[in-house]
Parts: sequence; C-alpha cells; structure tokens
Amino acid sequence: MATKTDVSMSTCIDSYGSAIGMPQLCTDWASNQIFWLVVTLVAIFFVLSRLALPRISAVISERQGTITNDLAAAENLKSEAVQAEEAYKKALEDARLEASKIIESAKSEIKQELDVAIKKADADIAVKASASEEAIAVIRKDALANVKLVAKDITSELVKVLGGKVDSKSLTSVINAKMKG
Amino acid sequence: MASSGDSKGEGLVFHPMDQFIVEPLFGAGPVHWYTVTNVTLWMGLSVLALILIMVVGTSKRALVPSRAQSIGELAYGFVHKMVEDVAGKDAVPYFPYIMTLFMFIVLSNFLGLLPMSFTTTSHIAVTAVMAMVVFLSVTIIGFAKNGVGFLSLFWISSAPLALRPALALIEIISYFVRPVSHSIRLAGNMMAGHAVIKVFAAFAGVALISPLSVVAITAMYALETLVSFIQAYVFAILTCVYLKDALHPHH
Repeated sequence: MATKTDVSMSTCIDSYGSAIGMPQLCTDWASNQIFWLVVTLVAIFFVLSRLALPRISAVISERQGTITNDLAAAENLKSEAVQAEEAYKKALEDARLEASKIIESAKSEIKQELDVAIKKADADIAVKASASEEAIAVIRKDALANVKLVAKDITSELVKVLGGKVDSKSLTSVINAKMKG
Repeated sequence: MASSGDSKGEGLVFHPMDQFIVEPLFGAGPVHWYTVTNVTLWMGLSVLALILIMVVGTSKRALVPSRAQSIGELAYGFVHKMVEDVAGKDAVPYFPYIMTLFMFIVLSNFLGLLPMSFTTTSHIAVTAVMAMVVFLSVTIIGFAKNGVGFLSLFWISSAPLALRPALALIEIISYFVRPVSHSIRLAGNMMAGHAVIKVFAAFAGVALISPLSVVAITAMYALETLVSFIQAYVFAILTCVYLKDALHPHH
C-alpha cells in the first residue's frame, strides 16, 4: 500500500500512499462501497432465501419427524415386548400346570400298578410261606425223630463206655420223658 | 491519525489506517462507483464463504449432519431462535432478511481477521447503509402494520400524563439516533480492534519490544475474534428489537 505514489488517485491518500485521517470518513469511496454492498446483500439474500434456508428448514423438520417417528416406533416395540413377556409368563404358567397334571396322573398310575404288584407279591409270598411252613414242620418232625435216635445211640454208647448194660426199653422211656420236659 | 509519511524509513512508522484504504483491484486510478475494488473482492469472498457453509455444506441434506452442515444448521437455528424470542412469532417472515444481515456481518468480520485482508464492515459507509435500511424498513413496517397507532411507541401510556410529552421527545430523539448508534457501533468496533493490532504490529519492528508486541497482538486477536461474533450478534439482535417495536408498538 505504501508504494503507491499516484497523488491524483484520491483526496484521502497522501503522496506516499498512506491514508490521510480516517479512510472511513473518505466520501470518495462511499458510492463504490454502497454499490458493492447492495450487490452483496442481494446475492446473499437470494442464496439464503432460495437455496440455503428452505433446505436447512426441510432438513431440520425432516429430522424432527424422524425422531418423532422413531420414538413412536420405540414405544410400540416396548409395548410389544411387554405383551410378549406376558404371553411368555402365561405359557410358562400353563406349562407348569400341565406338567403338574401329568405328574399327578403318572403318580396315580404308578400307584395302581404298584398296588397290583404288591397284592400279587403278597399272594405269592403267602403261598410260598405256607409251603415253607409245611416243609419246616416236616423237617422239624424228622429232626425230632432223629434227635431221639441220636440221643438213644449216644446214651447207649455212653453207658457202654462207662461199663454198664443198656436196657433199650428203659432208655427209650427216659429219653422220651426228658424230651417232653 | 498516526500516519507520518515524512518520517518514512526512520524508526517506527505507523500506518494503522492504511488497511482501510479502498483501492482498485486492477491497476491504479480513481475509484468510481462501479470500480472493482478490494471492497468487491472481500464482499465477494463473504458471499463465497456463505455459499460454502450454507449451500455446499448442507448439500447432502443428511439426517445426521456432517460438521459443515452442523455449522449451517447452527447458524440457522441461532438466528431463527433469536428472531422468534426477541421479535416474536409474527416476525418470522422477516427471518431471511435478518439472517442476510447477520451472515454478511459475521462472515465479513471473520474474513477481516485474516492477515492482509480488508474489513468491509469497518467502514461507516457500509454499516450506515445497513442501519438505514433497517431503520427505514422497520419504520415502514411499523406504519404499515399499525397505521397511526405506531406513534403510540412514543406516547408512553404507563407514565404519568404530565411526563408524557417530555418522554415522547426523548423517545423520538432516541428513535432517530438508532441508525447512527446501530452503524457506528459495528464500524467503530471493527476499525478500533484492527487499528490497535496494526499499531502493536508496528512495534514488532523493535527487537526489544517484539516479544511483548507478539503477545499483545495475540491477545488483541483473541479479543477481536470475540468482538467479530458479538458485534454481528448485537447488530442482528438490535434489528430484532427494532422489528419488535414496529410489530408491537404498545409498551
């Protein structure tokens, strides 16, 4: 700026190209500034009102709409989730009920079968027990007879060893008497 | 102001106001109203920046905005909310006009912060035109919407009757001072900050002071960044306040 030496250029610039006083108060330039200011403002106004502002307001309202929609959708999904949870709980309850029923019926069935089996087993046991008792009675009788025989033999042998004579009749009667007692 | 052309090359030379000189972009010569000047260049750049931010940045119309689109939406939301809150719901039709002013001022202010740039909003000629446009349109809107009832803006019915003529005089004076304060506030803020930065920059030529000078420039630059936005905001919000007066003149 300090290189300009054209003095006739303006009354606001000295011979060294520096400003004389405040350039803001130089009226020589006012018309130029006003003209270009008007051009600029008109340009800005048209750019804003035709292009920028409608676009931005559309974007903002679109965003607002999207947010509202998304919130509504989220609300719907939430209620659906709550419903699903309720249905799940109900299904669980039903299943539990069903299961307890099945368990109940199975239990009673098993019990019936068990009862039948127990009865049958009882009968078998009774039959076997009576047979066993009979066998035991036979064995006991036999055993008793054998005991007498053995006692007789042993006693006679003992008496023989002791050097006595065996009276088989009296021995039998003594043994019989001892066995009774 | 501090310009001292005679002492050229001798010690410190201050030309803090040279950055505000309007000069033709191509060749030398007188500046006519149609001449393509640095004013044209920097205003054109502000339009370019506007197109980049508000049109190119938002061209994807993304539901989840990119960074550039966020800036555009932020600017839109900021000014729209300001118009709605300050001037009322019925001022929304005037939103594009206020948005135009705000975007032009804020972009020019920030472009003016670039080194070697020209700050178009530092000139009274520019801000005065905008302030006068606001003043005239607000007055016309006031009369068009309310008829003679617009004059009740100056007749404060809540004040005691004896005071009203005096208050009316004050109100009328303050009403007509509006465009002056409106324009000088912006131009003055922009000019002062840039001039101060330039003065500090001139001190950087002295090795001993230069670190201090750099620190001072940095601090001023930070302040100017703040001022650039705040002044655009103030200009827009005052426009909204004036518009509110025009739409609802009754206190």
